[in-house]
Amino acid sequence: MGAERAIVGRRDPDARGYFGPYGGRFVPETLVAPIEELTEAYLATRADAGFRRELDGLLRHYVGRPTPLYEAGRLAAECGAIRVLLKREDLAHTGAHKINNALGQALLARRMGKRRVVAETGAGQHGVATATACALLGLECCVYMGAEDMRRQALNVVRMRLLGAEVRSVDAGSRTLKDAISEAMRDWVTNVTTTYYLLGSALGPHPYPLMVREFQAVIGREARAQCLDQVGRLPDVVVASVGGGSNAIGIFDGFIEDHGVRLIGIEAGGERIEPGHHAARFAGGSVGVLQGTRTFILQNEAGNIDLTHSISAGLDYAAVGPEHAWLRDQGRTEYAYATDAEAVDAFGALACLEGILPALESAHAVAYVRREGKTLPDGSLVLVNLSGRGDKDVQTVAGTLPPSWPLDGESRT
Amino acid sequence: MSRLTAIFDRIRADGRPGLVTYVTAGDPDLERSADILRALDRAGADVIEVGVPFSEPLADGPVIQRATERALASGTTLASVLDLIARLRSELKAGLVLFSYANPIFRFGLDAFAERAAAAGVDGVLVLDLPIDEAGEFRGMLSSRQIDTIFLLSPTTSDGRLRQASRLGSGFLYVISRLGVTGAREAIADGAEQMVRRVRQAGPLPVALGFGISKPEHVREVGRWADAAVVGSALVSVIAEAGRSPDLAGRVEEYVRWLRS
Repeated sequence: MGAERAIVGRRDPDARGYFGPYGGRFVPETLVAPIEELTEAYLATRADAGFRRELDGLLRHYVGRPTPLYEAGRLAAECGAIRVLLKREDLAHTGAHKINNALGQALLARRMGKRRVVAETGAGQHGVATATACALLGLECCVYMGAEDMRRQALNVVRMRLLGAEVRSVDAGSRTLKDAISEAMRDWVTNVTTTYYLLGSALGPHPYPLMVREFQAVIGREARAQCLDQVGRLPDVVVASVGGGSNAIGIFDGFIEDHGVRLIGIEAGGERIEPGHHAARFAGGSVGVLQGTRTFILQNEAGNIDLTHSISAGLDYAAVGPEHAWLRDQGRTEYAYATDAEAVDAFGALACLEGILPALESAHAVAYVRREGKTLPDGSLVLVNLSGRGDKDVQTVAGTLPPSWPLDGESRT
Repeated sequence: MSRLTAIFDRIRADGRPGLVTYVTAGDPDLERSADILRALDRAGADVIEVGVPFSEPLADGPVIQRATERALASGTTLASVLDLIARLRSELKAGLVLFSYANPIFRFGLDAFAERAAAAGVDGVLVLDLPIDEAGEFRGMLSSRQIDTIFLLSPTTSDGRLRQASRLGSGFLYVISRLGVTGAREAIADGAEQMVRRVRQAGPLPVALGFGISKPEHVREVGRWADAAVVGSALVSVIAEAGRSPDLAGRVEEYVRWLRS
């Protein structure tokens, strides 16, 4: 377990941070020099065995990696004649994959001599992970969160505060993740000499999409080795939810060179695919620039950003990570979406069938497998990245449950 | 010679501090923006930066964020701002600089935008989130139509980048005096004079200094070492306070005359 496979054909962006036509650095001038400094510091850590050793030690002894690969037999039985494997990132410390990246970047911040960290958060999982990493490393932590997200993810707000972080409410725009990112960038641009911006997804200006992918690539490395070890072969399909796309790029990364493995990202279909009612950038978006990167975004004719909707705060964002757009152009990855209702159903199904409460984000990936499993060839091996646990979403889901839940014995047998 | 170059030549010849003013177009609506632009011109603004509202103004502080929200609510788009400039260009003496974020321009299409901006009589374009490294193609499209590309320089900008901006920019350079987002302050930032001196050493382009300027004494102080002072958020606050009252243009004119006093 944990054996490093040889890395061949690494798909790094070019020196200006472009994955093909996507990516780049669309930032105000004040941030150019700090981002160059960050890029240099980050690239130096990639070649530094001491840094790797420290991070690997923390991932093993603090986060609890490797996370298990679990075969979900009862879930699979209702999805057609397939086998389903769950990569249990929900069992990582703090309850989601976000900790992998937060620890890596917090170590980098400390190495760069920054004493203060700012971060944005949507569902609160990245905020909690960042607050945790800062507590561990003795860094000051300030997390920006949309007022609407603070309401629907109240548990995580309390967790961040308990961990010593200051949580600042953002009242601008749609009061969700996008607005939290803008506010975190405003803080960064003001306090750039002392402050490190710990971005939580594979988004934003170069080097963030590269750096976040690399810190999350541990998911795919582990999953691939575990799959070979436990099942004796590679999966046929890998499925992951895509907001900014960090859990997806992390697990996809392990299988990119395995051309027989389909890689499918699931976006938030929200209520329906109409402007303002979803966050499926590949279904309803076009190429543009948002918050530092050129990628697929949801925008109107005038180039203003559309409001988004998803029941899952972590997927409720108008742009997708630039590497996803590039992999999609090349035909290496595919994207589909699941609706709010499908995600809630999947949440309930996983709870009743497997005793696992998934994050609503991850429930989108489970929903896709429940919907499309029957269309896959018999015996297909499907690997789902269960990116986070659902405790934070219990309140949201409880509001949608019929009074007679569980409805009947059907899903229990 | 571009209009902006001529304006800054005249400011230097007069030996007075130049004044660059920023307003968000469409705040409170485009009709009143037309009145505001005329008032700024009458009051003697040398250059008017016409802000295009964008839904994610991440380099702006609260005052311009609110103005942006009002402008978007009144239905203002890049296309309608270009129409406004086309309509007013011949009436106004001031240089007109379009001040935008990148996405509305990309959405419009770089070439289509440059064509339309040239036809409207735009003198220069500054794109906040299009640093020198990303601006190559765009700059080419503008310069082939005699539109100046204005680069923004910050205290974090290296000397190498200052030289690059002097070489690739035209019209003038917009220097921000402090780290952070837009917004009025009580005093000019320490180090602003030093910053302007660094920019002057990098090349001959005129220098306008902004971020935090709101009073006549600021304008005079900045004028001692820079070619012009930029007033943005403070002016936008005057517009916000006047709202849709009938003396909106009068109050704008009065404020700018006071700044120049």
